[in-house]
Amino acid sequence: MEEILKVEKLNVSFAQSLKKNRKQVLTDVSLSMKKGEILGLAGESGSGKTTIAKAILGMIPIDQGTITCNARTPQMVFQDPYSSLNPAKTVSWILQEPLRMKTKETAAGRVEKVKSVLHQIGLEENLMNRKPSELSGGQRQRICIGTALMSEPELLIADEPVSALDVTIQAQVLQLLKSIHEKKQLAILFISHDLRTMYQFCDRIVILRNGQIVEEGKPSTLYASPKEEYTRLLLQSAGIR
Amino acid sequence: MKKYKNFNFIMGVILTGLVVLIAIIGCFYTPYDPDAMDAVAKNSGISMDHWMGCDNFGRDIFSRIMEGIRNTFLISLFTVAIGTIVGVLIGAVTGYFGGWLDEILMRINDALFAFPSVLLALVVISLLGTGMFRVTLALGIAFIPSFARIVRSEIKKQVTQDYVESAKLMGAGNFRIIFVHILPNILPVLLSSIMIGFNNAVLAEAGLSYLGIGVQPPDASLGRMLSEAQSFLFSMPWYALFPGTVIVIMVLGFALMAEGITQAQMK
Repeated sequence: MEEILKVEKLNVSFAQSLKKNRKQVLTDVSLSMKKGEILGLAGESGSGKTTIAKAILGMIPIDQGTITCNARTPQMVFQDPYSSLNPAKTVSWILQEPLRMKTKETAAGRVEKVKSVLHQIGLEENLMNRKPSELSGGQRQRICIGTALMSEPELLIADEPVSALDVTIQAQVLQLLKSIHEKKQLAILFISHDLRTMYQFCDRIVILRNGQIVEEGKPSTLYASPKEEYTRLLLQSAGIR
Repeated sequence: MKKYKNFNFIMGVILTGLVVLIAIIGCFYTPYDPDAMDAVAKNSGISMDHWMGCDNFGRDIFSRIMEGIRNTFLISLFTVAIGTIVGVLIGAVTGYFGGWLDEILMRINDALFAFPSVLLALVVISLLGTGMFRVTLALGIAFIPSFARIVRSEIKKQVTQDYVESAKLMGAGNFRIIFVHILPNILPVLLSSIMIGFNNAVLAEAGLSYLGIGVQPPDASLGRMLSEAQSFLFSMPWYALFPGTVIVIMVLGFALMAEGITQAQMK
């Protein structure tokens, strides 16, 4: 299958205020994704998961390594649905913005597309004129997913998309991501520290520790016989082993 | 607009509306020529002919107040407009981009901020000279640092929000992100600062005119009238009372509107 993302020997470091030396966040990270694949990126907080995502999208500078992204308009769904949507704008405005940026669609055409995406993400059309503050956490995260979908991406980076949501809502949002993946053959880089969710959701999982990849494989193999002690600990803390 | 339905905001709008209405009427009609002197009516008190009496040159105080409100209001309006437009531009650029540009502009800003705005305006007036246009320009320049600082700190808060990152991913340019995405979110804070700034501008104009370096005779301004009334405070108290009351109403109106906006934000 066609490879849409290839990251080779990626190194990223951040400047530390009042200190001369830089903090190494990612060290020689290499990974790849195929079209339509769901790749899980797991690790503790501070292990560099979000940094990888931001580096792939060009949101932060990298020190060394190469990132080859062949996917059309890669998009990201952020962890916090409360700060991901512009509080001053309506749902309709937010969903139309990617179209304003990338297409010459007329206002009526954009509204039609918004209605269609709202349907895809399981929301009613009457939410169009509401502001994010009038929506629930689950609805907001669906709008975030919808905004990403407006650009018709081939790669979606979901950075802990359900960690800020209630358990019941988590299942609904994951189900939505799964159904979009199946319909559109969308590749998803799923970042999480919840290995239990990843087991059901991902085709392949990469385990990250202190900015380095320590293990990767299919969920069934990884969960049945983890090679690394760190992976074993992560599985234990998730209550799997 | 619905959320602004609180007592302070409505009272503020009513008081300011009243003052603006008088200023607008003053553009087309005044009971007497504000600059016409009448030796017979000199120092006359409140009467049916002269509702607020006459000054020491026999000029009708009510007519001069109508002209004075217009001058004070226009100076304050353009002062705040200069301060807001330039302040927003500087604050937005420094807050959004940061880096060396932020350092340079904000250090200049700090240097200007170190002087009280009226003192800064005095320096500019001493360089440019007196007159309505120059006073407006001087006060406008003096008001830039405070607006720049408010906008910068608000933009800095917003820049870290995920919706800004999301806008970048959508392909929005920096200009669009600053003015279309971020600015509407800092508008309530900016609006309340504009109201307070307007108040300060009214008082600063009145202060400068009182010192004799603002609006020049025979033009009327509320501050100028107060300054002229000082010598007659005991012999004809109405001369100081009426322009002073109008300044209080103007300032109170804008202060209440600012308070109302702040209250609405808290909801």
